[in-house]
Amino acid sequence: MSLAVDLKERRGDFTLDVSFEAGRGVTALFGRSGAGKTTIVTMVAGLQRPREGRILLNGRVLFDANARKNLPTWRRKVGMVFQEARLFPHLSVKSNLLYGRWAGRRHAETRLESVLSLLGLESFLERRPHTLSGGEAQRVAIGRALMAAPEILLMDEPLSNLDGARRAEILPFLEKLAHEGGIPILYVSHAVDEVARLADSIVVLTEGRVVASGPIEQVFGRTDLGPATGRHEAGALLVAEIVGSDPEFALTRLRLDSAEVVVPALGRSLGTKVRLRVRSQDVAIALAPPEQTSVRNVVPADIVSIETGEDAYAEVLLSAGGQYLRSRITRKSAAELGLRPGLRVFALIKSIAVEADRAPLSYHG
Amino acid sequence: MNFTPAEYVAIGLSLRVAVVATLVSLPFGIAVAMLLARGRFPGKTLLDGLIHLPLVLPPVVTGYLLLIGFGRRGPFGAFLEQTFGLVFAFRWTGAALASAVMGFPLMVRAVRLSIESVDRRLEDAAASLGARRIVVFATVTLPLVFPGLLAGAVLAFARAIGEFGATITFVSNIPGETQTIPSAIYTALQIPGSESAAIRLSLVSIVISLTALVLSEVLAQRMRRRRVTP
Repeated sequence: MSLAVDLKERRGDFTLDVSFEAGRGVTALFGRSGAGKTTIVTMVAGLQRPREGRILLNGRVLFDANARKNLPTWRRKVGMVFQEARLFPHLSVKSNLLYGRWAGRRHAETRLESVLSLLGLESFLERRPHTLSGGEAQRVAIGRALMAAPEILLMDEPLSNLDGARRAEILPFLEKLAHEGGIPILYVSHAVDEVARLADSIVVLTEGRVVASGPIEQVFGRTDLGPATGRHEAGALLVAEIVGSDPEFALTRLRLDSAEVVVPALGRSLGTKVRLRVRSQDVAIALAPPEQTSVRNVVPADIVSIETGEDAYAEVLLSAGGQYLRSRITRKSAAELGLRPGLRVFALIKSIAVEADRAPLSYHG
Repeated sequence: MNFTPAEYVAIGLSLRVAVVATLVSLPFGIAVAMLLARGRFPGKTLLDGLIHLPLVLPPVVTGYLLLIGFGRRGPFGAFLEQTFGLVFAFRWTGAALASAVMGFPLMVRAVRLSIESVDRRLEDAAASLGARRIVVFATVTLPLVFPGLLAGAVLAFARAIGEFGATITFVSNIPGETQTIPSAIYTALQIPGSESAAIRLSLVSIVISLTALVLSEVLAQRMRRRRVTP
């Protein structure tokens, strides 16, 4: 199951020139606004016609500029969840959900009941769209897209119009969908936390070009995502296994390669694999294991590379047993400590965010 | 009120003419409004102007043009009579045609406005769910423009009830065939001492027009209550 996108488009100052594939699981299309993410998904959905290129879905040609083939939207079997819910105001929630069935003649294998329980929609059926909150409406929109039996689900920043509380309310449903839905998802977002929680693979866009793509841990580690995320949010993703707990201090112990780290108690069972996000600004570097420090998480790592620019900072890429960490320190520190590629150092991690209670698909093989 | 049999005939004829004019012009009105709201083609401004012409022309001129075009020897009249056996000249059908033409710009305006206010993103959403264009139109666009259709239909109906100039020019003033309420009022005013008939018929046309307006408002409100666009 895969979507292959190869597109070129030029409009005014904006040039889009991308080529990528999205396979199983959740592929994040990631970048700042104006990077071309929404343009790409509307082209995949057939709502906008690219000038050049090809779009293939499971081997089916959706668009091919050379062959002058452009399948209309309704025949593409591409489900779309927009930034706004776009529910039909004149229909009940139930008729909205079943729209693909009665108007699109799409007969989903998925039964209505399973979509209802997946998204927690059981009590909404007879309601009218205008009586739903933003988060509820967006859940109905997702259910409606699923019920139309798409071969892939495109989600165009589905949480961007919701406030923090609503986002928090809907994210667990998206996580469930990602794990259990069994349908590939192309997820457009500029929010690092969403992507870190949901995505298996990532395609990073900057100004209409793909600057990095691949399994999310590798991309987050290897690439400096600063230009795409903003300095503040840049960092790495790691996978760790729960190996124990420390009930007295309300901590959970995680194994990260050879080292152990602790995070506030997760309340999950031993052996569970979790995804950790560590921002580069939260990682300091020491040449020897520090003593008498409040920082609990010290991970031995090798320096892979050091990137510097004109400003005060240096981006240090570290490898901890094959998993990448990034550290943002001043250039002066890097010089005074004599940091260089290949040097063994100790990464002092001040803060860890636990993003998802699962091993990513890529780790299942 | 006591109506004379002739007055009853005029009232019945007026209602029939107005209802037929409105219902028959509705599908054409929707099609033209759709074309003007969504279409991009050369001559769009010209089409727009042509449709609005009856609004600004003296009704007598419209009636005369209809007579030339749709009379039994007119190009359209002859064709329609030969192919469909449809005769307009000096028949109630002619009165309906004149009313429809006069009301058409009002109907198109109302429908066009409401088509333009439809959120096209909803149509995109429908397409992404597998609905082809005609299905999207029937299941999303049309229900959303329904209040506009209603408004357009009421305007056209009211215009048809009041239509006088084009009708009398095109199909004359034949009792029982083309004598609608306005023509009957006009005739009554020509005969000394028949003011009471004129007053009765005037009251009837006020009642009919008012009822149509109130009915459409009630329907529109019921629609709005059923779905409030956020």
